[in-house]
Amino acid sequence: MGNPNKAMAEKGLMRWVDERFPATQMWQEHLSKYYAPKNFNFWYFFGSLALLVLVNQILTGIWLTMSYNPSAEGAFASVEYIMRDVEWGWLIRYMHSTGATAFFVVVYLHMFRGLLYGSYKAPRELVWIFGMAIYLALMAEAFMGYLLPWGQMSYWGAQVIISLFSAIPVIGPDLTQWVRGDFLISGITLNRFFALHVVALPIVILALVVLHIIALHEVGSNNPDGIDIKQKKDETGKPLDGIPFHPYYTVKDIVGVAVFLFVFAVVIFYFPEGGGYFLEKPNFEPANPMVTPDHIAPVWYFTPFYAILRAINFSLFGLDAKLLGVICMGGAIAVLFVLPWLDRSPVRSIRYKGWISKVMLVLFAISFVILGVLGVLPATDGRTLVAQICTAIYFAFFLLMPFYTRLEKTKPVPERVTG
Amino acid sequence: MKKQLFALLFALVPLTAMAAGGASVPYSMTPDLDDKASLQRGMQLYTNYCMGCHSLEHQRFARAAEDLNMPQDLVEENLIFSSDLAFNDQMHIAMSQDDGEAWFGAAPPDLTLESRLRGTDWIYSYLLSFYKDPSTGTGVNNAVFDLVAMPNVLEPLQGVQEKVCAETDRPVEGAELDPLTGKYQSCETLQVTQPGEMEPAEFEEAVYDLTNFLAYVGEPSKLQAQALAPKVLIFIFIFGVIAYLLKREYWRDIH
Repeated sequence: MGNPNKAMAEKGLMRWVDERFPATQMWQEHLSKYYAPKNFNFWYFFGSLALLVLVNQILTGIWLTMSYNPSAEGAFASVEYIMRDVEWGWLIRYMHSTGATAFFVVVYLHMFRGLLYGSYKAPRELVWIFGMAIYLALMAEAFMGYLLPWGQMSYWGAQVIISLFSAIPVIGPDLTQWVRGDFLISGITLNRFFALHVVALPIVILALVVLHIIALHEVGSNNPDGIDIKQKKDETGKPLDGIPFHPYYTVKDIVGVAVFLFVFAVVIFYFPEGGGYFLEKPNFEPANPMVTPDHIAPVWYFTPFYAILRAINFSLFGLDAKLLGVICMGGAIAVLFVLPWLDRSPVRSIRYKGWISKVMLVLFAISFVILGVLGVLPATDGRTLVAQICTAIYFAFFLLMPFYTRLEKTKPVPERVTG
Repeated sequence: MKKQLFALLFALVPLTAMAAGGASVPYSMTPDLDDKASLQRGMQLYTNYCMGCHSLEHQRFARAAEDLNMPQDLVEENLIFSSDLAFNDQMHIAMSQDDGEAWFGAAPPDLTLESRLRGTDWIYSYLLSFYKDPSTGTGVNNAVFDLVAMPNVLEPLQGVQEKVCAETDRPVEGAELDPLTGKYQSCETLQVTQPGEMEPAEFEEAVYDLTNFLAYVGEPSKLQAQALAPKVLIFIFIFGVIAYLLKREYWRDIH
């Protein structure tokens, strides 16, 4: 401001950089001249929050790696060492463990937003597919990270899930052994999971996040009305209903960040175990291959799929129950990838879809939550029946979508975005 | 292998989830980490009665001294009994795992994380629930942990407790509430029949202190977390208010 020489010097420096690297151009394309619809609502906070949690996981993860010992003999003790002897180790560790839960909370809400407003529909199919790939990589990342504390639940959870590979015909048993690197989960498994968790998967996730954002910024953001804001532009070529992401959405997202951090901090400081759902009680006992815990339940973010796996307790089409369960569990995730081609509705947003779509989405959301609850609980006949019904609804939502989205009567979509 | 997996997925989840930790136990207690005197008495009980067999592998004497406001010389004189252990050491024991297994049938577990594994209610109830049972090797059994290999090491303090037929205030499974007295009639009632050094109420206090100490040992960082939390939350709150005002200012011209 005050010093014109300084301003000139800064301008000169920026020009020097821009002649060698498109810094200003990138800043404009992705932030200051990236026009986002002005009617983003509550649901639109979770994309930037997912990015925040990703940064949190990477930073706390790096610091945890400095003190963690990835061996069967030393892993459990090194976690307690971090909790007690490392300066601020307890905080770093709880930020990481609570961050895993937070990651899935924001990602599930982010995905639900996509379902609500049809953000997966053309031309955003690749945005959705890259996002789903992130989700898949994130599940692998979380699963492998959960083995690292080497507690009882780490061990037996990994044992159950890796054993699922053995359901695959012919190659199953050998594949399972190849994944473990041993005849049972051992220090060898721990070492490879550590390598994948701290090196391989973070690289994959970061790369996918870049692809997700590049694809998004190529086609532009959707909005609660599902309208293409690029259709209506002013004389300078700016969308009439668009506002620059920076500063409008950066300042708005910072408010979301503050609210998120408040809740996040309350959990970290007062409820780091999350009532036994974020850090499970049996995990306060070192892994013991000789003693199986009474009740093995995955961490909450996997339980809907675990419930689907358990719901299949019957054979069909010559496939035994276990293989069928694995197929259904895999199918429940795989079907999300083809969602852009299942939705045949002429409109994007749930606001203008017909009543069948609305009912189906509500049923789907309720079933997903019920499956999540059932996945934590021990199975009984009654619960298995409920899980089977919810599994049927889960798949019906997707597989019947080509029919009900085409048949139902939609409402007219407005020309310009509404509030 | 397939059968095993089937078992893991469907059968290994019977309704005995209780046994692992969240058990319905007869007594409950709420830890109070601010009560340093209680924690100090708990540590004294622990080092005198428990540490012969149960280590606290991850807990350092020095850390406990700092957190519980105990001077180093007092800790060294009164709480460290082994010449192999120094003030900065973790609370190891001399007995090896193999010896423990040979002598008791199962090696006495390390108790650093016991309060987080089983919960403080469980520890508190367990320590109060030993009773005389001549049919076992140790002469005692435990109402919370049936046929436990551990003898009732606190018996000199508690006295001998026995199962008797009596009235009790606490709900008993299978027993019906007497509407007149408001009590339960049960032959599973535990009662001290030969007094020890402490009165029953006094003994319950001692077990509270011991359990409170184990609650502290399970998560010493809780003290730091409780001290730091309000500052962090106030900071984030003020930050949020400023962020909101900034947002409102920027968005004033968006309609």
